[in-house]
Amino acid sequence: MATPTLDKMEEAAAASPYITVTFRIRRFNPEISDEAQWQDFQIEIDPKERVLDGLHKIKWDLDGTLTFRRSCAHGICGSDAMRINGKNRLACKTLIKDINPEKPITVEAIKGLTVMKDLVVDMEPFFQAYRDVMPFLVTKGNEPTRERLQSAEDRERFDDTTKCILCAACTSSCPVFWNDGQYFGPAAIVNAHRFIFDSRDEAGEQRLEILNDKDGVWRCRTTFNCTDACPRGIEVTKAIQEVKRALITRRF
Amino acid sequence: MKIHKYDTVIVGAGGAGMRAAIESTKRSRTAVLTKLYPTRSHTGAAQGGMAAALANVEEDNWEWHTFDTVKGGDYLVDQDAAEILAKEAIDAVLDLEKMGLPFNRTPDGTIDQRRFGGHSRNHGEAPVRRSCYAADRTGHMILQTLYQNCVKEGVEFFNEFYVLDQLLVEEDGVKKSAGVVAYELATGEIHVFQAKAVIYASGGTGKFFKVTSNAHTLTGDGQAACYRRGLPLEDMEFFQFHPTGIWRMGILLTEGARGEGGILRNKDGERFMEKYAPVMKDLASRDVVSRSIYTEIREGRGCGPAGDHVYLDLTHLPPEQLDAKLPDITEFARTYLGIEPYTDPIPIQPTAHYAMGGIPTNVEGEVLSDNTTVVPGLYAAGEVACVSVHGANRLGTNSLLDINVFGKRSGIAAARYSQENDFVELPENPAQQVSDLVERLRNSTGKERVADLRLELQETMDANVMVFRTEQTIKTAVEKIAELRERYKNVSVQDKGKRFNTDLLEAIELGNLLDLAEVMAVSALARKESRGGHYREDYPNRDDVNFMRHTMAYREVGADGSDSVRLDYKPVVTTRYQPMERKY
Repeated sequence: MATPTLDKMEEAAAASPYITVTFRIRRFNPEISDEAQWQDFQIEIDPKERVLDGLHKIKWDLDGTLTFRRSCAHGICGSDAMRINGKNRLACKTLIKDINPEKPITVEAIKGLTVMKDLVVDMEPFFQAYRDVMPFLVTKGNEPTRERLQSAEDRERFDDTTKCILCAACTSSCPVFWNDGQYFGPAAIVNAHRFIFDSRDEAGEQRLEILNDKDGVWRCRTTFNCTDACPRGIEVTKAIQEVKRALITRRF
Repeated sequence: MKIHKYDTVIVGAGGAGMRAAIESTKRSRTAVLTKLYPTRSHTGAAQGGMAAALANVEEDNWEWHTFDTVKGGDYLVDQDAAEILAKEAIDAVLDLEKMGLPFNRTPDGTIDQRRFGGHSRNHGEAPVRRSCYAADRTGHMILQTLYQNCVKEGVEFFNEFYVLDQLLVEEDGVKKSAGVVAYELATGEIHVFQAKAVIYASGGTGKFFKVTSNAHTLTGDGQAACYRRGLPLEDMEFFQFHPTGIWRMGILLTEGARGEGGILRNKDGERFMEKYAPVMKDLASRDVVSRSIYTEIREGRGCGPAGDHVYLDLTHLPPEQLDAKLPDITEFARTYLGIEPYTDPIPIQPTAHYAMGGIPTNVEGEVLSDNTTVVPGLYAAGEVACVSVHGANRLGTNSLLDINVFGKRSGIAAARYSQENDFVELPENPAQQVSDLVERLRNSTGKERVADLRLELQETMDANVMVFRTEQTIKTAVEKIAELRERYKNVSVQDKGKRFNTDLLEAIELGNLLDLAEVMAVSALARKESRGGHYREDYPNRDDVNFMRHTMAYREVGADGSDSVRLDYKPVVTTRYQPMERKY
C-alpha cells in the first residue's frame, strides 16, 4: 500500500483549521424589496469545507432567510449551481481553499434565468428547452425479447454526454443565452447529443431538425464558457460542434 | 387553499415514484408531487449497480439471487417478496435498457455485470457477477432514464410541492385514503389533492444521522405523514451503515470499488476482512463489513492520528480500470480529500446509508394498517416502504432493483384501483392540520433553533444507535430524543415570508426526523438480539425464538394529547429457506 498522504497532511495541519471568511451574497426577495443588494457575512470555516457548508453556516447560524437550493451536497443532484466569484460552479463541489478565501467570496444566482429569491432561479425555461429536444430513446419496430445489443465502442461514443445532471451551469454561463433566452442552450444540446449518437436510437434526424432551428445550434459562438462551467467535466462545446457537424454531413 | 382532483397521486419523483408514474400515467390521470425537481432525487447518487440474474457473463439464476437476498437480510426478509424481487429483476433491467439506459457492455454487446457484496453463486460458494451497471453512476442513469421516459409519456409533475399530510377517511367502517395535502414552496400556498389512489415514493430518512451518505432532503416526510395518521412503521430499527463513506463527510464510495478489486486495509496495511469473512472477504454483506471496520478501529488498528478510519485501497488497480469503471468516486476523492486514488489509499468510515424499514406494504405495494389489513387506495414503494425484501440488511444493488420492481408494481396496482373505484369524499377542512402546523411555526416566538436541535439529534444518533448499540446507549438516545421533541415545541424560524421559505421547511423536516428517530430508537431498544444492521453488544446473537418477527410501531395519543410509540410484531413470511447461521 502506498503512503497515506492525507494523514500526513492531517498531522501537519495541527491546531485550529478554521479561518475567517467573508461571503458577499447577492440578496433578492420581492416580498421585501424590488431591488437586489449585496450583503456581507463573516463566518469561521475550515478551508477544506465546501462553499455550500459556508452557506449553511450563514443560514443556520446567522440569517435563516438566506435561500438557496441544495440536496445531495456532493455534485450529483445538480441543485446548487450558482455564480461564485463570477464563475458558474456547484456550491457543493467548490472548496473554500480553492477560491482564494483571503478576499470576499461573491455568491449570486446563475444568470439568464429569472431570480425568484436570493440564489433561487426559475428553472422552468431551462427544463422546457430540455424537453423540446426529445430527450428519450426512440426506436422503431418490435421490441426485442432481450436487451438491444450495443458494442462497447458504440456505448463509449456518447458516454461523455450521459454525465449531465441538468444543473444549468453551462446554459447560464452562455453569453448567447444571456442575450436571448429563446436559444436552446448548451444543456439541451448536450442531451440531444446523448441520443443522436446512441446507436440504438432512430430519431436523430428529427432532433437535428429541431436543433437546425434559428434558436438551435447555429447560435453557438464557441466561447467555451459552457465547457469551463460544467461541474461534470463534460466537453460541452465539443458536443455542440459534433451536432453542428452532423447537421452538415448528416452522418452520426 | 386550492383543491385538485386526480385519479392517482404519486408522492416523490425518485426512481420508485417515476417508475410508478410511467405505468400509472398510461392508465389513469396522474399527478406527481415532488419536493425536488425529479432529477435532483437521491436515486441519482446510487453508484454501483442493479442486481439481476441475467447470466450474461457467468452462470446465474434468480433462485440464487433470492437466497442471497434472504441470507443478506439475516432471514428477516419476507421470502415471497424476495422471490418476486429476484424473478422480476431480469425484466426490470431489460425494461430500463429498452427505455434507453446506457449500461456498460460486454464484448458481445450484452449488458455487462460485475461482483457486489453478498451476491454469490450457488448459495454462497463464491462471488458472482450479477450487478448490471453504468460506470459508477448507475443511479444517475436510472434517474435520468426514468425522467426521460416521464417526459416521453407526458407525466404531470408538481415540482417543489411538499406533501405534509395524508388524508384518511372512514367509509363503511373502513379507513381509506382520500388524498394528500401539500405545501407549495414557491408561494407558500396549501394544496389539497383529492385522489382515488396515492403512492408514497418519497425516499429515506438518513438525515437523522450526522455521518450519512444521504441528501439534506432525506427527512422521512412520507413515513412521518403516515405515522402521524396512525399507520404503523415496520422494522425501523434496521438501518444500513455502508462500509465505505468518505471519512467524516459520509459521501458514498461504491461497493463496486471492492467489486472491481479494491481492498480494505487497517493502519498496518493488513487486509483485515480476511479474518472476518474468509470466503467473501471485502465483499461480505455491508453490516458485516461495517462492524469489522469498527472492530479494527476500536482495537487500535484504525488509521490516522486519531485512529478513527481505515483505508479503501485501489492503488493496485490499473488507472485505466479506475477511469473506466469508477470515474465518479475517484473524482470525489480528488475533489473532497485532495488525494490521488491511483497512488493513495482513500480514508473511509461507515456512513448511515439506507432505511430497511418503512411503511409496511404487501407485494402489490398496498399499505397495511396492521399486520394484514390493507388501506384501500394507499400504496408505497422504494426506500419509504417496507415490503420487506431487505429484512435486517439490504444487499448492495438491491435498492435500485427494489424501486424498479415495486415502483412498477405499485404504479400498475394503484392505477387499476383508480379505474375501479370512486373518489372518497374529503374530510371537512382537509388542510386544517397542515395550515395549523405552518402557521404555528411561522408565528412562533420560541427561542429554540432548528439547526441546534438537528445537530444535537444527529450527534446522539451517531453516538448511540449506529453500528454498535447497547441497552444503555439506546436509552440515552431515547431520553435525548424526548428532550429534543419537547424543545421542538419552542422552535421558531427567522423567515416569516411565503415565497421559497426553506427556513420553514427545514423546521417541518426536523419535526419529521424527531418523530422517526423516536420510532427507531424505541424499536431498537425492544429488539434484544443482533440481526443484520441492528447489532446489540449486550445481545450479540441472533435470537430466532423470540425475534424472528417484524417490528410494527404505532403512534399512540394519550388523553392529554401526549404521544408515545406502541410496539407490536408481525410474523416473517418464510417459503423455502429456513434460518441458518450467516457466514461469508
